[in-house]
Amino acid sequence: MTTPTRDNALEDMEIELLLEGIHRHYGYDFRNYALSSLRRRIRDRVQAEQLRTVSGLKEKVLHDPACMERLLLSLSVNVSAMFRDPGLYRAIRSAVVPLLRTYPFIRIWHAGCSTGEEVYSMAIVLQEEGLYDRCRLYATDMNEAVLRTARAGLFPLAAMKAYTANYLQAAGTAEFSRYYTVSHDRAMFNPALKKNVVFAQHNLAMDGPFNDFHLIVCRNVMIYFDKTLRARVHALFLESLVRFGFLCLGSKETIRHTHVETEYAAFDAREKIYRRIR
Amino acid sequence: MAYQLVVVGTSLGGFEALTVLLGGLPANFPLPLAVVQHRGSSVEEPSSGVDLPLLLQRHAELTIADAEDKDALLPGRVYLAPVGYHLLVEEGSVALSTDRPVWHARPSIDVLFESAADVYGAATIGLALTGSSQDGAAGLARIKRQGGLAIVQQPATSASRVLPDAALKGTEVDWTVPLGEIAPLLRRLLGSPASESPTGL
Ligand SMILES: C[S@@+](CC[C@H](N)C(=O)[O-])C[C@H]1O[C@@H](n2cnc3c(N)ncnc32)[C@H](O)[C@@H]1O
Repeated sequence: MTTPTRDNALEDMEIELLLEGIHRHYGYDFRNYALSSLRRRIRDRVQAEQLRTVSGLKEKVLHDPACMERLLLSLSVNVSAMFRDPGLYRAIRSAVVPLLRTYPFIRIWHAGCSTGEEVYSMAIVLQEEGLYDRCRLYATDMNEAVLRTARAGLFPLAAMKAYTANYLQAAGTAEFSRYYTVSHDRAMFNPALKKNVVFAQHNLAMDGPFNDFHLIVCRNVMIYFDKTLRARVHALFLESLVRFGFLCLGSKETIRHTHVETEYAAFDAREKIYRRIR
Repeated sequence: MAYQLVVVGTSLGGFEALTVLLGGLPANFPLPLAVVQHRGSSVEEPSSGVDLPLLLQRHAELTIADAEDKDALLPGRVYLAPVGYHLLVEEGSVALSTDRPVWHARPSIDVLFESAADVYGAATIGLALTGSSQDGAAGLARIKRQGGLAIVQQPATSASRVLPDAALKGTEVDWTVPLGEIAPLLRRLLGSPASESPTGL
C-alpha cells in the first residue's frame, strides 16, 4: 500500500535484525511490538549511545550487556498512576465487586502491573468493600526492576495530591492519607495492602497461563504490541479466565475487532470492562 | 503518488482552528485525518471533563472521535489523540503510547508527524495550525523530507504563531494559507488529479 523511501526500508530491516539478535542472544522477545513507538525508542537510544545507525546499536548491544540493560530500560514504558481513570474504580466498586462477592475465594491478575500503582489502588477498593481477605492478587510484569518498586510500595510523595483527587473521584470512602506514611520524599503504602499480593515476573510475549482468575486487569500494555502479539495475549487471558470472569482494558483499548470479541460481553463499555460469556 | 492520510497538529487556539478546518470538509472526505491538539492534562492530573470530540462534532460533518488503540484508519473519520496518550500511525491503523512527553506534551505533534512520515511517506499531508510551542515543526520537516506535502496556517491568522513560525523556519513548506482557506485547499488537492499538486508527485 505505502512505499517507504529507501532509507526507511533499510532502517526497518536493521530494527528487525536488532530485535532478532536480542531475542536469540538475550532471550527478550520484542519482535511483535508495535513498530511506530518502538522505532522512536530505538532511535532515541541510537542517539543517546552516540551511534549513527541501528546496526551500530545492534553491534554494541550484542557485545556489551550494560548497553543491553540501557536499551531494555528505554524500551519499557512504565508510567502508571493510582486510581488513574477514577470511573473504572467506581464501576469496579459498584458493579464488579457485588458479583465477585458471590465467590468464596477470588483471584485477580494484574498483567503488566509496572510499579504497582494499580495493584495498590485495587487493594484499597477491596479492603474498603470488605473483600480483601478473600482475595489473592497476582501482580506480574516482565521487568524485574519495576517489580522491586511495586514490592516496596514506595511512591513519590509529590504524586499524592493528584492521587488523592483521583481517589475521591473514584468514590473512596476513607481519608486517602490513612493508607501511607511519609518518609522523606516518598509515601510508603501500608504493608497490609500487599499481604495478599504475589509479585512475580511473567512475560506476556513468552510465558503461558499459571492460574484461573475471576478478574484480569491489563491496561496500557497491549498498546505496545502489534496485532499478532495482542491476539496471543487475548488467547492467554481467555484461557486464564473463569466463565463469567472479568477483563479490564485501558481506557483507549477495545476488544472489538479481536478474535476473542465474541467470547465477551461489554459489561461497562465506557470503562472497558468486559465479561466472559461462555 | 496519491495521498492517503492527513495529519494535523495544533495547540493554543486549536479548538477554533479545528472547528473551521473540520467544518469545511465534507462527510465523504476521501482520507482519514489524525489530529493532535494539546489537551493540557498529564497522566498524573485528573483529566479535565471537557469532551473535545463532542464539541468538535457539532461543527463538522466528518465523524470525530478520540482514537482507540489499533483503530482502522478510514476515510472521512477524524482520530483525535486522547488526553495523556501519544497518537501514532501504523500501516492502516492508529497506535497509542504513553511514552514520555515530547516538548512537555503528551500527545505530541512531532510524535504523530514523524510516525506518519515513516509509515506513509510521500502519501502524507501534514498540517501545522496555530500553536504556542515548537512541537510539530520537526515532524513537519520530516514529512517534507519523505516527500509528503507540508501546509502551514498563515502566522498572521494564527491565534498563536509560534508553531507556524517554527514550521516555516524548519522546512520549505508547500503552502502557507489563512485558516479559512485550508479546507478549500484540501478539497481542491484531493479532488484534482495528482499531477496538479505543487510538488508534482
Ligand atoms: C505503561 S505500563 C502500564 C502500567 C499500568 N498497567 C497502568 O496502566 O498504569 C506498561 C507495562 O507493561 C510491561 N510490559 C511490556 N511488555 C510486557 C510483556 N511482554 N510482558 C509483561 N509485561 C510487559 C512493561 O514492563 C510496563 O511495566
